[in-house]
Amino acid sequence: MAKMNVDFDRCKGCGLCTTACPKKIVELQTEKLNKKGYYTAVCIDDDACIGCALCAMMCPDCAITVGGDNNG
Amino acid sequence: MAEKSLMKGNEALAEAALRAGCKCFFGYPITPQTEISAYLSKRMPKVGGTFLQAESEVAAINMVYGCASSGIRCMTSSSSPGISLKTEGISYIAGADLPCVVINVQRGGPGLGGIQPSQADYWQVTHALGHGDFHALVFAPASVQEMVDTVTKAFDLADEFRMPAVILADGLLGQMMEPVQFDDAEIVLSDASKKPWAANGHQNKRKHNIINSLYLQPDQLEDKVAERFKRYEKVKAEHSEAVADYCDDADTVVVAYGSTARLAKSAVEAARKEGMKVGIIRPVTLWPFPVKQIQKACENAKNVLVVEMSMGQMIDDVKLAINCSKPVEFYGRTGGVIPKPAEILAKIKEMGGKN
Amino acid sequence: MPEFKRPHALADVTTHYCPGCTHGIVHRIVSEVIDEMGIEGDTVGICPVGCSVMAYDYFECDMIEAAHGRAPAVATGVKRANPDKFVFTYQGDGDLAAIGTAEIVHAATRGENITVIFINNTTYGMTGGQMAPTTLPGQVTQTTPYGRNTSVEGFPVRVCEMLSQLSGVALAERVTVIDPKNINIAKKAIRKGFEFQKNKQGFSIIEVLSTCPTNWGKTPIEALQRVRDEMIPYYPLGVFKEGAVR
Repeated sequence: MAKMNVDFDRCKGCGLCTTACPKKIVELQTEKLNKKGYYTAVCIDDDACIGCALCAMMCPDCAITVGGDNNG
Repeated sequence: MAEKSLMKGNEALAEAALRAGCKCFFGYPITPQTEISAYLSKRMPKVGGTFLQAESEVAAINMVYGCASSGIRCMTSSSSPGISLKTEGISYIAGADLPCVVINVQRGGPGLGGIQPSQADYWQVTHALGHGDFHALVFAPASVQEMVDTVTKAFDLADEFRMPAVILADGLLGQMMEPVQFDDAEIVLSDASKKPWAANGHQNKRKHNIINSLYLQPDQLEDKVAERFKRYEKVKAEHSEAVADYCDDADTVVVAYGSTARLAKSAVEAARKEGMKVGIIRPVTLWPFPVKQIQKACENAKNVLVVEMSMGQMIDDVKLAINCSKPVEFYGRTGGVIPKPAEILAKIKEMGGKN
Repeated sequence: MPEFKRPHALADVTTHYCPGCTHGIVHRIVSEVIDEMGIEGDTVGICPVGCSVMAYDYFECDMIEAAHGRAPAVATGVKRANPDKFVFTYQGDGDLAAIGTAEIVHAATRGENITVIFINNTTYGMTGGQMAPTTLPGQVTQTTPYGRNTSVEGFPVRVCEMLSQLSGVALAERVTVIDPKNINIAKKAIRKGFEFQKNKQGFSIIEVLSTCPTNWGKTPIEALQRVRDEMIPYYPLGVFKEGAVR
């Protein structure tokens, strides 16, 4: 189960989350543009995610939630 | 009613504001209105209100904006140069549909001008009290008692129509002492209970209120302004006011407002004594301008004389009111010089001679 | 497992801010403080003119939009009318340190019991990146195309240092939001500001060194680095004044 949930259409692809991840498993994907035309952030290794939420803390758009049942 | 007391215009006006429930006053010293601040700095703490001397006229009007946003009756006062500084805030207040009262005790201009009485801010207050499409209610009392009576009306109408109201006085009215009477009801400072739009904390009981004048979509801004102008039509229909004397059979009708109207009335009465058919009409509201009342007063006149303490500003509105259907002449003094009744009488006689 | 959710006080809408603009982070931590103190229903926010002009749509508390630079005066009016409400202004550097200098200085010296969130990104973002009072010496902007020349344009204003000289100020602290550690510090500072208000302690200002990737011509990640390399050396982080909470 993914611990990091990215709201696909709210993500602006700024990449600030990628700078905060201690496991270096957050990246901007390059396959699918969202409605606004951004490549969004993804967790590339759900099993390695420790759910620390530092990615969410860095997100200026509140597009990342971690844990719980709220997946944006 | 309480007993009559002798009071200076500025102080009487300040006391009247308290009695109208004005809870907060934000001001900045400027002659000839400073007594309003001085008086309220003494009185406000005694009745549980707030007096605050701001760092500038700009700050004072923006404090009014904030206080009015909270749904509380509030006021600021100044004189001509200070009003120029307040126009930014007044425009925002109008754009955000907020009620408040602004006092202008006019002095001579332009620039620093002088400190003696003047009516040279007529154009500003009626036509250009800030940028954008809007009006403020404008009252022009002619006596200390009328200043007192006008304050409550100004607050009430400002609340009813959610727009700024201006009391346009001048140095003469502000500084003169006259007997005044207040009704002796207890002072009750305003609260926001009747203002569901106020931004004063939603208490988790409603969606958040937003006080704002920004509309980036042109059609939205147009709708907003159009709605406001619909309200203005109602104000125009119901709240324009003027006082006419001796106009029914007058050949010459004098139009003057504020303290100048009292001087002009002396001249009119002197002319009547000499057998001349002269009347006078005094606009009590300058916006809305009492167009119908002026039309009626001038119906049978041969000519019209506008008297102002300026180079002639209201005269334009008088000409428009009567559609330039008869000659409209002007007599005025400016720069702080007060026109004497004898000078006005001489002008009336000159116009009579032309008929 | 820790949970991370949007705070209630932050409206569930997409902001108009550019990708990587740190306004969004500051909005969120202000909202988290409002949530944690349980004061959304008792809070009135004042937004400025600048990029955050439409912040009234982003906070769920009552909001007022002020004229350029006048937010501290507007906040004064709100606070004097409602002394028991929490009042905060949210202002940029052009708004607060140029056109609104008189208003911020006098609100501070009066000890006006409000909290000011001051976003310093060394430029006028909304109008397209002109020189701000906080633009660094040598910084190229639209109106300093050859770099800010201090012999012509003068020197940047260090707002926290300046205001910390005033007796009415209870808290003047400079923070940044360039990484999670600093975000935590920033949030604590904002919380302190609101607590000072609660205790009627006086004026609090939290200056947040922020980014403007668009007008700096940098990627969002490069912009974070510029804050570290260029801004923090000129605008040191830390507490410049802090009064004891009563």
